[in-house]
This record gives sequence, structure tokens and C-alpha cells, in this order.
Amino acid sequence: MHGVPDSIAGYLDAASTEPLHPAAREVLAEALDSGWADPARLYGSARRARLLLDNAREVVAAAVGARPDEVSFTGSGTQAVHLGVLGAALARERAGRRIVCSAVEHSSVLHAVAAAPGATMDRVPVDRAGSVDAAEFGGALRADTALACLQGANHEVGTVQPVAEAATECELRGVPLLVDAAQVVGRLAVPGGWSVLAASAHKWGGPPGVGVLAVRRGARWRSPSPEDERGSGRVPGFENVPGALAAAAALRARLEDAEQLNRTHEALVGRIRARLPELVPDVEVVGHPTVRLPHVVTFSCLYVDGEALLTELDKEGYAVSSGSSCTASTLTPSHVLEAMGVLTHGNIRVSLPRGATEAGVERFLEVLPDVVARLRATAGVDRL
Amino acid sequence: MSERPGADLVLDCRGMRCPLPVIELGRRIGEVGVDAVVAVVADDPAAAVDIPAWCRLRAHDYLGTGDPVDGVAAYRVRRRR
Repeated sequence: MHGVPDSIAGYLDAASTEPLHPAAREVLAEALDSGWADPARLYGSARRARLLLDNAREVVAAAVGARPDEVSFTGSGTQAVHLGVLGAALARERAGRRIVCSAVEHSSVLHAVAAAPGATMDRVPVDRAGSVDAAEFGGALRADTALACLQGANHEVGTVQPVAEAATECELRGVPLLVDAAQVVGRLAVPGGWSVLAASAHKWGGPPGVGVLAVRRGARWRSPSPEDERGSGRVPGFENVPGALAAAAALRARLEDAEQLNRTHEALVGRIRARLPELVPDVEVVGHPTVRLPHVVTFSCLYVDGEALLTELDKEGYAVSSGSSCTASTLTPSHVLEAMGVLTHGNIRVSLPRGATEAGVERFLEVLPDVVARLRATAGVDRL
Repeated sequence: MSERPGADLVLDCRGMRCPLPVIELGRRIGEVGVDAVVAVVADDPAAAVDIPAWCRLRAHDYLGTGDPVDGVAAYRVRRRR
């Protein structure tokens, strides 16, 4: 066993998951010893566990702009989204069963909407940069719209969505807004105006198995789960106190560094965005050029097989992800790239973790053009 | 193929996975003259996105899907240069 993940130097997939923050590791170890008891009981060790859980809740609540009693911990970001969507849809059944979503929401949102009893999904399209138009989003809200869902930022291309403006549209029409803030929390300011918010701790350097569900006081939401006394009646099951506490520690540490990290990532991503078209012929850099996450850059290489590209980069020590269909179990291309109308094959997402360096990015920019050229030569498409 | 989807050249890319239909289009568009139409018959779901995107990147006209060939979409492209 080693304390550091394999080949962390070439790890460029932070948007999938961030390696555990050292602050979280320390707190997790301590909390396993001090926060193991049942936080619902009344004796000393239980009260200690409850106190730790309340501390974690306070830290997370402050970071997302919520009150502590509005926040519950879930088993994952996906579970938070599922409970958020299903609970809001359930509580608003009498208003209607239409749910408005951007076309580029995370699959957990789209799948939850599809699973909401009797719900119909109204998808709001995006432009070529992956941006939702807030007025168009507002225009999609009808009298029988139960819920609207909009991500803080897109997980595949990094485009930041106009959540504050969309929230104003929702408020005007009395429709609750669910914000999937998984890519934003710990990096950018979380926009207000949401009724329900979901996030995931491992995206900010917390441990796996901890998600966040926040339901605004007064928002219409009814638990879709069987009754349970725990998780403030929102999330059934015994709380993961050590996990929640470690998640909070990671978030606090991450926020302290956020400004500096964002500046570093912004500069490195800016360099990749600027140099890719010079270094790799027929590459399309996708996602909004300026209104975007600081650490994500996505591009598609014409005539290149996405899976082959991932495999070759892995051999060179780089971990990246792809929205190309050949890399998906379904063999369909990413619905995000599809909605944007950009090339879906030869697609790569680079997302910088904490600790990404200039030297690492420079080396990636040396390796990538050779890998692409080699794959094109093998396929006989280098002169097309 | 039982039908011709109104094109000067029909590329049968059925059964090909991405990016092969787009590669086939890139290889063979030069076989027709400027302003002629090529139809790419492809059942790979990525073709619906990648063929219009290729047209944009290569400055050809994407004309949409014509009559399907044996139930498979035919993506029509006009060579512009």
C-alpha cells in the first residue's frame, strides 16, 4: 500500500474525481476513532458523533450558501441528484408533471427525471459552446412545470451556466430550481436562487461515498424514500459521520486554496487552449472559451478513434476521459457533445487536479501531437 | 442498396463505427465535382452529429438526411470546394 495514487503526475481527470486531499485523510482517520457512534442516540459517544456531523454540515452549508438544517449528506452526488429530483417532483405533482432540463445535464439528472412517475422532460437546447440561454430556459417553464434543473457548470466541456439568471426566471414563474453543483462546489462561488442543490465530495478532494443534498427551507420537497428518522428525513440510513467530516475538511482546505488554484489552472488551461490548434492539425477545442470552469479543457481530434487515443495516452502515463461513443458502454456519443453539435469522435477532456504543474502540462503538450499523428498515420488518414 | 437517396455518390457505411463513416466521407468526397452531392448511409449513432460537424470544419454544406436506405439514415453533403 502506498500513500499516493499511481502516476499522479499524469492524472488529468479531476472532473471525474479529485485525489483525496491530505487534510481529509487526516480528519478521516481521526473521525473513524472519534465519530463512530450512532449520532441519533443520547449517550456521550453518540453526542460526540452528532457534534461532528453538525460541524461538517455547518462547513458545507456555508460553502453552498445554505443554512445547516437545509443540508443532508447522501451516499453520493448521484444519490443526492436522484433524491433531489424525485422529491421535488413528488411534492409538486399537483402543479404538474413536466420537468425542464438543459440538454447537457449530467446523466444522473436525466435518469432521475426519466424515473419520476408520470414525468415528461422538456429539454432546453444549448448553443455550440454548450451554454444555456437563460431567457430560453425561462420560456420553457409552463404553468404545469413541476421542476427545472440546471447544472452549475458542465462536467464534460466546462461551460459555466447562467444559474443566477435562470433562478430569476424560475422565481418569476414560481417553479423550483434544482442546481447540480457537482463541478462548481469548492472551485467557484455557488450561485444562489436554488430550491434544491446537489454536490459530491470526491469532486473537491473529499472521500468517496459522500454527497450533499440541500433543500431550501420552505421549498416544496417530499421524500421519495420510505420513512426513516435519519438524515433530517431526507436521506434514509445511518449517517457516514467520518466521511462527512472528512468531506468538510477537504472542502475547507480547498476553499482556502481556491483563488490560487483557479489562477494556476486558468493559466495552464489557457495555454492548452491556445496551443492545441497550433500543435495538432484538425483539432476542435470545444466548450465556452471564457465562461468556463478554470480547470477543464475539452477537444476533439478529427478522424481519430477516441478509445485508441485514451489507450495511447494511458500508455504515455496520462489519465484523461472521453465523450466519444467508442468509450461508452452504450456505443452512443456523449449527449453533451451531441447537443452542442460538435465532433464527437477523437474526444478528450483534460481536467487539472490540485497539484497540476506547468512542467506536467508542457510534457502533455509534447506527447499529444505525436500520439495523434501516430494514430492518424496508422489509420491512413493523415493526409485527408 | 435498394434505393438511391438523391445523390451523385452513395457511400455505404452500414456497420461502420465512428470515426469510420466520417473517414470514408473525407476520403471520397474528392470523387465528385464541386456542387455535387454525396450521401453517407450510416447506422452508427455518432454519424448524425459527426457528419454535420465535419461539414462545418471542412466548409462543405450539410443538407440533412434524405430518404432512408433500407431504413438506415442517409446523410447528404454538398461538396463546396
